Parts: sequence; C-alpha cells; structure tokens
Amino acid sequence: MTTASWQAQVYAALKRARIRQIGYVPDAGHAHLIDAAQADPDMRAVVLTTEEEGIALAAGAWLGGERAALLMQSSGVGNCINMLSLPVNCRMPFLALVTMRGEWAEFNPWQVPMGAATPAVLAATGVHVRRADSPHDVAEIVAASAALAFESTVPVAVLFSQRLIGAKVFEK
Amino acid sequence: MTFTANHPASRDQAKVMNRFDITKRMVARLKHDEAVIGGIGYTNFDLWAAGRRPQNFYMLGSMGLAVPIALGVALAQPQRKVIALEGDGSILMQVGSLATVAARKQKNLAIVIMDNGTYQITGGQLTSTELGADIVAMARGAGIAQSAWAADEAAFEELIELSLREDGPWLIGCRIDKEKPAETTERDPPRIRDQFMRGLGVKQ
Repeated sequence: MTTASWQAQVYAALKRARIRQIGYVPDAGHAHLIDAAQADPDMRAVVLTTEEEGIALAAGAWLGGERAALLMQSSGVGNCINMLSLPVNCRMPFLALVTMRGEWAEFNPWQVPMGAATPAVLAATGVHVRRADSPHDVAEIVAASAALAFESTVPVAVLFSQRLIGAKVFEK
Repeated sequence: MTFTANHPASRDQAKVMNRFDITKRMVARLKHDEAVIGGIGYTNFDLWAAGRRPQNFYMLGSMGLAVPIALGVALAQPQRKVIALEGDGSILMQVGSLATVAARKQKNLAIVIMDNGTYQITGGQLTSTELGADIVAMARGAGIAQSAWAADEAAFEELIELSLREDGPWLIGCRIDKEKPAETTERDPPRIRDQFMRGLGVKQ
C-alpha cells in the first residue's frame, strides 16, 4: 500500500468521525492529510505557529460544538506538555495524529531524544496513546481512537511510526 | 485606516484605565450571547466578577491560549461574535497566535488585550510591554490590520461596538492599572466548560 493510499484512508476515517477542524504545523509525514484538508470545503484547515495553539483550537472547537484533530510531529509533543492540562482538566476530548521521528533509520540526531520520550510524555500528561505500525490497520486505529476520544471524552494520541511513514521522506 | 484616526499611535499615548471598570463596560455591550474566552490571571477574575455570563470561559492554566481557544469557537460558531480577553504577559507567550488569526481572516473574532506591563498575579514583575514592546503594533505586523489602542474609556466602548458590528479580526489594546481584581474565579474547570457549552446551546 502506498503512503498516499493509507493516508487517504486515514482522512476518510477523520471525516467519518465528523472532524470539522484540522490544526496542523507543516510536516512532510502528514502532507497528504494537510492537502486533503485544505482541498475539502467542509473542513477548516488551520495552519498553526506552534503545536500549543492546536491544543487550544481543538478545545475551542469542542466548546463551540465541533470536533477537531491536531496533526503534528513527535518533536511538537514536547511543546504541548503544559497545554495538555486543558483537555485533561476540563474533561474535553482531544485527538492528535503524531508522526514519529527519531526511532527508525533517523538521520537527524536532534530528533532522537524527543522521539524516544514522546510515548512516555503523552502518558504522563494523561493522554491515551495508540500506535500505528502498519499501513493495513492505521485507518482502523485512527477510527477507534477518534471514537475513544469523542465518545469517552478523553485525550488520545495516535503515533504514526517512522517505519510506517517511511524513514526517508525527507531530503538529507 | 479611518477607524484608528482618533486612537493613539502607540501604547505610551493611551490612558491607563481600570480593568474591572472596562470589563464591565465591555460586558454591558454584549447583547447577543457573544462568547468570551477569559485568559489566565486577573483578566478572567474580573470577567467573572463582571457578571458570570454563561457564555464566558475562564482559563485557570495553559497560559497564553485564550486567542487560539477563541479561534476554535469562532470557527465552530461562525454566526456568533467571539472575544478573546487576554493579558499582556499571556499574549506575549503565544504571540504567534496573532498571525494564525490574521491568516484565517476570522471575521467573527475580536481580541482585547489588558496591558498593565506586569505579571501581576505572580508579584508584579515587569513584562516586555513595560520595556518597549507594543502589542498593537505587533498585531498589525502579524496581519491584523484592524488593531488599535483605546485612547480612553469612551474610545474603548466605541471600539468594542465597532468590533461587534463590523467584520474582524480586531485587536483592541487597553492600558490598565495594577488594581487587584474584584473577585476570584471559582476553580472548577469541568463546571466552567459545562456551563459555557450550555451557554452556547451546544449541549442541552
């Protein structure tokens, strides 16, 4: 399965979960999802200056009666730690799709520490963590995670493993 | 911009007003269940004291996020005006959110900045605005063309009226004094969230 085809399935899963707002920071691993969101007249794609804003955007969406998702990279998880107290404290859903760096044939050493810390950091702040390693079940995992987030009203992050997104998506 | 013709060109020229007084003046002009997101600190304490409207959301943490929360609400509720009420210290922490709002050209969003040049709740340490940073100029630079300092209380009310009537995004800078807030917001986040959602009618 190509990257574009499983990412199209993931976008379809977000649509079925009635996601109406997608906050994102530019990320090659999420490029297809970002393009799809921008091209979709029923989706509000919001480019953020930092991942922290995405936690807030998702909270605001829920407060206003809509569902949002945040697309980011594992490095951005570190930026969000204090802000995750917002959905945890106010008992709001939160759904993040996180592309992993620093774990599979990584060429940039600066990505390794935060990549390694990402699952533990999310768990420590009260976020439920799911992991997608295979293109065959990633859309199913996203759908189940969206259901968990929005039906049980908890914060959930789905980690897209670096092996899944392809270790060499960047030019060195 | 004609709307800024009667407003000060810089922070230095704006009158120092009282936070609780101008918060009450703002709330008095909200006639259509406008949503207000009150940023962390004394900013939301005085919003709480000014009437506990069901359409108010009070932040007790996550410093700096009032503007992007308001953006999410504004996107979800395009027919409703949404106001982000934020302090100078808080907006300095997430100053990029001004560019995010400008990029969206969010028509139903206004940002009101309460600027007393200090992190007052933690003991009054100076913020960068007291040392030369001008948030209205920064907002204009970020792309929010309709940004102005309120010259005085009457000008503040005029700007609020304008922001409720005309398309945004807007940013209204207010120089305020260092008076203590009138009350303290109840520290019950799930209740704050629940009341706000019921106040907006998105939850029955």
